[in-house]
Amino acid sequence: MALGTGWVVDWVRASAEVVKEHRTELVRLDREIGDGDHGENLDRGFSAVVAKLDGIEADATPGAVLKLVATTLISTVGGASGPLLGTAYLKGAGAAGAATELDADALVAVLTAARDGVVLRGKAESGDKTMVDAWTPAVDAAAAARDAGGSEAEVLAAAADAAEAGAAATEPWVARKGRASYLGERAIGHRDPGAQSSSLILRAAADTAAAQTAAATEG
Amino acid sequence: MKKLINDPRAVVDEAVAGIAAAHKGLLVVQTDPTFIARADAPTKGKVGLVSGGGSGHEPLHGGFVGYGMLDAAVPGAVFTSPTPDPILAATKAVDGGAGVLHIVKNYTGDVLNFETAADLASAEDIEVRSVIVDDDVAVKDSLYTAGRRGVAGTVLVEKIAGAAAERGDSLDAVAAIAEKVNGQVRSMGMALTAPIVPHAGEPSFDIAEDEIEIGIGIHGEPGRVRIPLEPADAIVDRLLDPILEDLPFQSGDKVLLFVNGMGGTPLVELYIAFRRAAEVLEGKGIEVTRTLVGNYVTSLEMQGFSISVLKLDDELTELWDAPVQTAALRWGR
Repeated sequence: MALGTGWVVDWVRASAEVVKEHRTELVRLDREIGDGDHGENLDRGFSAVVAKLDGIEADATPGAVLKLVATTLISTVGGASGPLLGTAYLKGAGAAGAATELDADALVAVLTAARDGVVLRGKAESGDKTMVDAWTPAVDAAAAARDAGGSEAEVLAAAADAAEAGAAATEPWVARKGRASYLGERAIGHRDPGAQSSSLILRAAADTAAAQTAAATEG
Repeated sequence: MKKLINDPRAVVDEAVAGIAAAHKGLLVVQTDPTFIARADAPTKGKVGLVSGGGSGHEPLHGGFVGYGMLDAAVPGAVFTSPTPDPILAATKAVDGGAGVLHIVKNYTGDVLNFETAADLASAEDIEVRSVIVDDDVAVKDSLYTAGRRGVAGTVLVEKIAGAAAERGDSLDAVAAIAEKVNGQVRSMGMALTAPIVPHAGEPSFDIAEDEIEIGIGIHGEPGRVRIPLEPADAIVDRLLDPILEDLPFQSGDKVLLFVNGMGGTPLVELYIAFRRAAEVLEGKGIEVTRTLVGNYVTSLEMQGFSISVLKLDDELTELWDAPVQTAALRWGR
């Protein structure tokens, strides 16, 4: 089932909830290898996004909502994650274009553009121990699920699974970008907070898509 | 945690309101979005200087807004870069038609947000140049890190570039002076205790009673190595050696020696450190011709300090000596 603006709004609300719920965990991860503000900053940003959701036009497209998320995150989060995640949503909005519904192909295009945006802004590569290490496996898994004929919900579930595995995989690595890079080998054994928050956000995408699909089936 | 605050979430807003109230006539504070600007900004025909970064480093940067130094400072949340909106607003507010220089400490968040703001300003036909300060020798500058951090040397860049702008230098010339200072200053810091971010409510890192962190950054991010506590002179030597080897500083050089407190170390201890650093430099034939001692780039209540050494020439010395009138640095007028 292709996903419309209702799903994007649900996803954004669920992202805000999951970020709030995991705020302390993200702060702890960031405190270990960064400066301990990641959970706080994302919580502030997504709370600001939710406050703006009520004001969106009734005929807003998924792309328009993604753009609202982008500009709000860029202007409220600060730190490195504001411009990085904001750029992800902005490029994702561009890929969504004027479509009123996103099918599996469109979802893969949105995720790919989002990942490319993060790479462009942050200049990080896979293996640098950053949020790219959640996004790139997610994009690859989403494309594979789409190629295998998966539904929209299945594409997003594959992305979320891969992002979680990608975030967990950062634990034994030395960081080569961001503040954790200053630690050298002392970053080993700690999960990257940006990869972790990205995996939470992608899990929220999969969960809300599954809920929409289930509701449609029941209805 | 004990802190002199009302509400952890109101720390920056209330502090900025206090800065406005304390330094009327010198600077004005704009809200929504928040930035601190010279009361007389913009100065027509003068290059505007804008810096900023996370709060918690006071007096950096708001304390350096005024004649002969910054035209505007943009405070973010504690230890968090400001977003592009207030940086853009500050840039527009201080543009006197000669362009604006952004002075940015090399932290990923600061660089990304200032870069975005500079793009937006260019789209509005304001000429913006950016200088990234990366004076911290504790971090290896390689493909495998985000590069050296911008720390206490930032104050020296802001003062000297500010003087160049005040004497009427062009945007290119002011940027070149700022780059020159950054190229000739080296710094390294250490911590005895961790800072406590108000909204986090606990120390930014765990450190034992008898341990110190060498090579600390200014956000409580851990440094290069953790060792048992040593006497002040030994600690000074540990910081000074990598600084002197890096440029390298040589016999016959004239330098500015800057001993900077991180917020929780009393001045009496900073002078103990300064004494040793000056002795070591003298022993190597390096002449200390200008000095600065005090809490200028802090890390909340962290106990610790940093040493910065800037190689001077006649031009940099003249610009350092030029009049400055800000909340935290003032001489000559």
